[in-house]
Amino acid sequence: MKTGGGAPETVRPFRIEIDNVTTTAAPIATQLPADWRDFFALTKPKVMRLVVFTALCGLLAAPGTIHPVIGFTAILCIALAAGGAGALNQWWEADIDAKMKRTARRPLPLGKLRREDARDFGMLLSGTSIVIMGLAVNWLSAAVLAFSIFFYVVIYTMWLKPSTPQNIVIGGAAGAFPPLIGWIAVTNEITAMPLLLFAIIFMWTPPHFWALALWVKIDYAEAGIPMMPVARGETTTRRQILIYSALLLPLSVLPWWIGGTGAAYGLSAIALSGIFLAMSVPVGLRTSVEGDTMRPEKRLFAYSILYLFALFGALVVDRVMFA
Amino acid sequence: MTPEEKREFERRRKQRNLVVGLILAGFVVLFYMITIVQMSD
Repeated sequence: MKTGGGAPETVRPFRIEIDNVTTTAAPIATQLPADWRDFFALTKPKVMRLVVFTALCGLLAAPGTIHPVIGFTAILCIALAAGGAGALNQWWEADIDAKMKRTARRPLPLGKLRREDARDFGMLLSGTSIVIMGLAVNWLSAAVLAFSIFFYVVIYTMWLKPSTPQNIVIGGAAGAFPPLIGWIAVTNEITAMPLLLFAIIFMWTPPHFWALALWVKIDYAEAGIPMMPVARGETTTRRQILIYSALLLPLSVLPWWIGGTGAAYGLSAIALSGIFLAMSVPVGLRTSVEGDTMRPEKRLFAYSILYLFALFGALVVDRVMFA
Repeated sequence: MTPEEKREFERRRKQRNLVVGLILAGFVVLFYMITIVQMSD
């Protein structure tokens, strides 16, 4: 038996009946308490990095001041909420995750902890984050935080993802909430600028995710998830990537155009979104062949992550250096 | 439960207790600082 963080060699998930309730928990997992690292993995730490970064950018770019302790608390609450939503997502999708190569190594498909524990952990994180945000920061940001969790878990995970190829378009809004909440934590009001930041991530999500879905579409097909490449075909997906990338260019410049930022952000947005569009053109216009390495799609996916970091970084630099 | 499994059980429980303890201690410090900040406003 391993003594590190990994699962014991003998652990293999299978369905068992406990009090007439079917669970995927492995037998050893019913005896041993789950490792704390498995709970940490439920929070999707890699996704949380982007959430924390965009939330921090929203907070730093907002007009006005916030005490560092309260600002730290707001970011902590957003991170906890993202972790809670991630745990609830994995609780709900444990069976689907087990069918996909990309997600099969997550704690629940491996039977490292009980499904009910993942649900309770997610509820605890979500509830705690909302209450602390309301008490320490303000109740408007707490309300938007609560709605973002509801949107990701119920609207996206439970409803849209398994039922429509537009799942990423509408569900992508869930990932667009962090900068909005970070901004509201400072201002305690919803204005055009944070809504534009929301819209930028909303518009960025489909080309970002579909670039990934184009080369992992077999996984989604086997799991029965109607991702765009599976449900509408590769050609439609490629055209949609191109359309969203083209719309992202003017949208990302809009904060400068309405006077919400300076030229440092505006010129950065033009350059970064221009490169995004240029990289999406070969993805949008080509057709993959048998044994295709999907290099343009992988490059676009990798750049899309860099793009978001750089764009929001430029927003903060613009505010801090030139405000 | 074999002796090996018992050792693993105790190791995991100890680690979890330690992590939960550290998180609670962190929250105590955070709430103290939030209270001080809000009282000074």
